[in-house]
Amino acid sequence: MTTSEEMFEPRLSSRRRRGRWFGRACALLSMVGVGVLVVLLVRIGLEGGAWLNLRFLTAGPSMLDPTRAGVRSALWGTLWLITVTATVAVPLGIAAAVYLHEYARDTRLTRFIRLNIANLAGVPSIVYGILGLAVFVRWFVFDRSILSGGLTMALLVLPVIIIASREALAAVPPSFRLAAYALGATRWQTIWAHVLPAALPGIMTGVILAISRAIGEAAPLILLGALTWVTAVPSSLFDPFTVLPIQVYAWSDQPQAEFHHLAAAGIIVLLGILLPMNAVAIGVRAWHQRRKAW
Amino acid sequence: MAERTSSSRRAVVRAKAVTVCLALGVPVVPSAAAEPKAASGSVRLDGSSTVAPITMAAAEMFQEQHPKVRVTVGISGTGGGFKKFLESRAELRTDVNDASRPITQAEMDQAAKLGVEFIEVPIGLDGLAVLAHPSNTFCEHLTLAELKKIWEPGSTINNWKDVRVGFPDLPLHLYGPGPDSGTFDYFTEVVVGKPKASRGDYSSSENDNVLIQGIAGDKGSLGYVGFSYYEANAAKLRLVAVDNGDGKPRKPTLDSIRDGSYTPLSRPMFLYVNKASYARPEVQLFLDYLLGNAKTIVEHHRVGYVAFPEELYSIAGKRLREGKVGSVVAKGTGKDILSLYRQN
Repeated sequence: MTTSEEMFEPRLSSRRRRGRWFGRACALLSMVGVGVLVVLLVRIGLEGGAWLNLRFLTAGPSMLDPTRAGVRSALWGTLWLITVTATVAVPLGIAAAVYLHEYARDTRLTRFIRLNIANLAGVPSIVYGILGLAVFVRWFVFDRSILSGGLTMALLVLPVIIIASREALAAVPPSFRLAAYALGATRWQTIWAHVLPAALPGIMTGVILAISRAIGEAAPLILLGALTWVTAVPSSLFDPFTVLPIQVYAWSDQPQAEFHHLAAAGIIVLLGILLPMNAVAIGVRAWHQRRKAW
Repeated sequence: MAERTSSSRRAVVRAKAVTVCLALGVPVVPSAAAEPKAASGSVRLDGSSTVAPITMAAAEMFQEQHPKVRVTVGISGTGGGFKKFLESRAELRTDVNDASRPITQAEMDQAAKLGVEFIEVPIGLDGLAVLAHPSNTFCEHLTLAELKKIWEPGSTINNWKDVRVGFPDLPLHLYGPGPDSGTFDYFTEVVVGKPKASRGDYSSSENDNVLIQGIAGDKGSLGYVGFSYYEANAAKLRLVAVDNGDGKPRKPTLDSIRDGSYTPLSRPMFLYVNKASYARPEVQLFLDYLLGNAKTIVEHHRVGYVAFPEELYSIAGKRLREGKVGSVVAKGTGKDILSLYRQN
């Protein structure tokens, strides 16, 4: 018997016990997360559920009579804002990702660009608000309009879209490209007909998640100057606007309890937009996983 | 003959009506001129969250009559609002700033530098009432120093006997609005000397009616709420007079708030109007509506402030129409606003 074998103690049961405890601890911690979410949803539902009806969706934010108040202007503001954001950020983001992943050579410049895009994705959203205020509101004189807000939000989500799209492009096997080249396709034909379709589900997941982030953001818009009590539905890109998160914030700041119920109902509307969007993103990914050919 | 008398009487009545309207600051001519084509365009307000309920309520009532005019109200605080009122580019400026304090010298200098002419409109008063349980007969008044001693951060006073020598041995229970409230900001600023500086161990609620119930049901209670909430529940409460240091304790009443003698726990609120904006018919219509219905709006139960005497609103309306720029209150602090406006 060698010394080392003598020193070896399997202590199997204690090791397994430790393993079981670790598993339980992980399960417990994950339940904490879910539990908080459930408490939040139940609380919001109890507080705002009774206030949620069709009138709530079609009425303006009444100050004099909370029972007549609604989110019409905020809902439309959110839709306008998101349209601007998506129109600008999605094509730009995908194009940038295609360039960076398919065309650009690995030079010092492109490495610098990539590094900065990754950094931008981590910049706090309020900083984008300052940027939007300086550039779009003051310099371009777009004023505190939907256009300024939408462009600011587009900047905010652009890095996220670029990174998600690049990852989706990177997940397309190089053999796709090689096969296309071997058959005589140009680089453009390869990308357009083979790489992009294969990467599309991944890109879409990234885009949807980025857009839903923009829907839920309030901080950059407050800084931009959109903390505004607006009753009218915007009719052009240059109109003042408010969005759902800001409306919720404004209501929760009022002293009277009725407004807190309105805020809770507003949160339900916001979740009613966000959860289906996230569900679509998850669905697209799952569908893609199933029919993936490689 | 009979017809002539009646028609001349009608003329007299009409003339009287016009005089009354003018006296009340109700625009007779401007609205008549603007009536034919429906007013449109937008009016942009920003500024104090304290004043915002007044302008939001006004905007809501106004838009029922003029649905095509887009009135927006931002809440950036008085100072933040002045920044938007005094943007260097004219097209970015707001039309009206909601202010819970008079314009400062620095802001006036900035306006002069930019060539922004503004007209000051006093719009209402925000008063605080210090309250105790109705059975509390020993505490007729408190001085500002005593209030500070009770409410400042770190205060450990939990018995009335520690407030002033001679007060009975009775536990002191404090009630006040929570930190999100403008009333809280105002009280702490005036009493403690720094906004939001307050002891934290008191019963707080953002709902003033809860505070009223608490104070009314607790023998050792002391608390503060907005004056309008006290007025609605006066029978259940004891109003404590406040001595601001001049040895003359004063209770808040509509009169002592209006004439400014209940200082410093009542403060005037103002609108600052860009003169160039007032030239636009929609801005004119909105402000004339606001001044013409000021009492209804300012004292609406959802808004809950104290209105100035009608005379002040009519002077303010006249100053707007005549384009009298500059701050009147900045010329004489410490005097009551109505007499300042009468003089200028």
